[in-house]
Amino acid sequence: MSDSVIRIEGLHKSYETSAGLFPVLKDVGLQIDAGEFVAIMGPSGSGKSTFMNILGCLDEPTTGRYELNGRDVAALDRDELAGLRNRTIGFVFQGFNLLPRMSLEDNVALPLIYCGVERDERRQRARDLLARVGLEQYFESMPNKISGGQQQRVAIARALVNQPRLILADEPTGNLDSKTGEEIMALFDSLNREGITIVLITHEADIAHHAHRQVHFLDGRIVSDMEKAA
Amino acid sequence: MTLAMLGEAWRAMGANRLRTFLTMLGMVIGVGAVVLMMSIGQGAQYAIKQSIAAMGSNLFVLLSGHTTSGGARSGSGGAHTLTVNDAEAIAELPGVQAVAPIHPGSAQVIYGPNNWNTAVIGTTPAYLDARSWVLTAGAPFTDSDVRSATRVALIGVTAAQNLFGEESPFGKTIRIRQSPFVIVGVLGAKGQGMDGRDQDDTIIIPLTTAQRQVFGSQFPGSVRMMMVQTTTQEIMPTVEKSMIELLRQRHRIREGLDNDFFLRNLTAAADSAAESTRIMSLLLGAIASVSLLVGGIGIMNIMLVSVTERTREIGIRMAIGARERDILAQFLLEAIIISVVGCLIGLLLGIGGALLVEALTGTPVIISLGSVVVAFGVAAAVGIFFGYYPAQKAAQLDPIEALRYQ
Repeated sequence: MSDSVIRIEGLHKSYETSAGLFPVLKDVGLQIDAGEFVAIMGPSGSGKSTFMNILGCLDEPTTGRYELNGRDVAALDRDELAGLRNRTIGFVFQGFNLLPRMSLEDNVALPLIYCGVERDERRQRARDLLARVGLEQYFESMPNKISGGQQQRVAIARALVNQPRLILADEPTGNLDSKTGEEIMALFDSLNREGITIVLITHEADIAHHAHRQVHFLDGRIVSDMEKAA
Repeated sequence: MTLAMLGEAWRAMGANRLRTFLTMLGMVIGVGAVVLMMSIGQGAQYAIKQSIAAMGSNLFVLLSGHTTSGGARSGSGGAHTLTVNDAEAIAELPGVQAVAPIHPGSAQVIYGPNNWNTAVIGTTPAYLDARSWVLTAGAPFTDSDVRSATRVALIGVTAAQNLFGEESPFGKTIRIRQSPFVIVGVLGAKGQGMDGRDQDDTIIIPLTTAQRQVFGSQFPGSVRMMMVQTTTQEIMPTVEKSMIELLRQRHRIREGLDNDFFLRNLTAAADSAAESTRIMSLLLGAIASVSLLVGGIGIMNIMLVSVTERTREIGIRMAIGARERDILAQFLLEAIIISVVGCLIGLLLGIGGALLVEALTGTPVIISLGSVVVAFGVAAAVGIFFGYYPAQKAAQLDPIEALRYQ
């Protein structure tokens, strides 16, 4: 219990539609400990993306309890949630989501602006991380001048810039060819070896294979939760 | 932090230069128009004030009444009801600064081969004070000159030019209706009066000299008009009342009968001219402010478009930890930069335009610090006011909705 990063109990989420309440997640419970590498799988519409948004503090459960690092997320206001997204969680998206008009260095440094880090340190940390993901020649480049795989590396560098202990990745290889996807996954593997907890959504078995634990969603429920044999 | 945000605002504005420029143009035109209009309006007010000051401030004109002879009425000043003694009595009233009895007239004036018909005013030294008229050379004649009816004269610049040309008139002797007069002083230029007459085309001589030696008077001791100056403008109505009372008493006019004199408030006429200029310049300013308002609405419009266009960017920023106030500040800052930069350009254009108007038309313009400060303050306020709503809208976006936005 002491080192569980994510702890979810009895979580429900439904959306209001014209036809009434539409349940997306039904009584989900999950516990993820520090240092785990979890793949969340399931067909589209199974609720895994909604679940990911709730994990990332972008969305709130309708009912149920979500504790992140032992803190009840429901008790936090919008600014505190923003603080969690800024410092505790690193996001990696399927569509990379880099800001198009900023250099790679500025993109990576962006989260640091929101927690008041000085300019020189922002630049230093952004450059260190870009070098770490193998993009040391591209500090000043614009996102549209580099390949998809490189963009995703930048996005990972941005997710890491505030030294979060948890990375949430929503289909990070979905827009990449399989070779590039493997390279990205290798990066996740090495991050996980450093002790960073990784939760990743995918529907590709090859990708899920990198994780040590696979959680399957179907119709808003967890239908299986398996540790990978070592 | 703030520097980083300034940089970002700059980048966002630079990404769509034409649009930023057009938005700014609204502010440029608005501020430029306000500054230009205020400068012209204040220039006009200044010109009016100058001419009031030239006429002399807080002035009454007192005219003697009229006579009727064989059905023909003489007009004001025709009767000889006002006397020098009246003037002395009025001078004793509280609130009266100066009283100058006046015998106006015109005469042919000769100097050497030149002659010129000009206004000749017989009066006392108080006249110069009442009209705040200064001398550029010499000294005014004195009360003792008035008592002994000496032949001395003060000459206005227009009359001097016509009689003397380039020569200095000071100390020269001229002849007014054959009598020789020594010029003891040259009057400073006053320019055109409120009625359009050239106030400098005049010669001033002692009252007694005018009455006895130049124009002649069947009623010695009487005057056709006098100027009365009060100490302050506020006291004018009180002085007016006590003057009327005093004169009715001195002239023994019974209850119910008309005054045998006319009292006019010169300052009131001038003030109403000044007031109408003031209202005109306020009106111009108000019209110009409308364009400032339109400029502000333009900023709001563009900021709303910008927020919609950048919804996804806002979502990304929120996902990586931007708080509501970060997003709010970002968009507000853009709006303020646009309006302040637009305002600066507008100020330059407005001031340039005002100077151009002055150079081309000769209309005086006054660019006061006040109008610049007001225009700048209003522009900044417009930026904040019209930038706030779009910024607020951006800050309150739902992060998931924003991230999904295509």
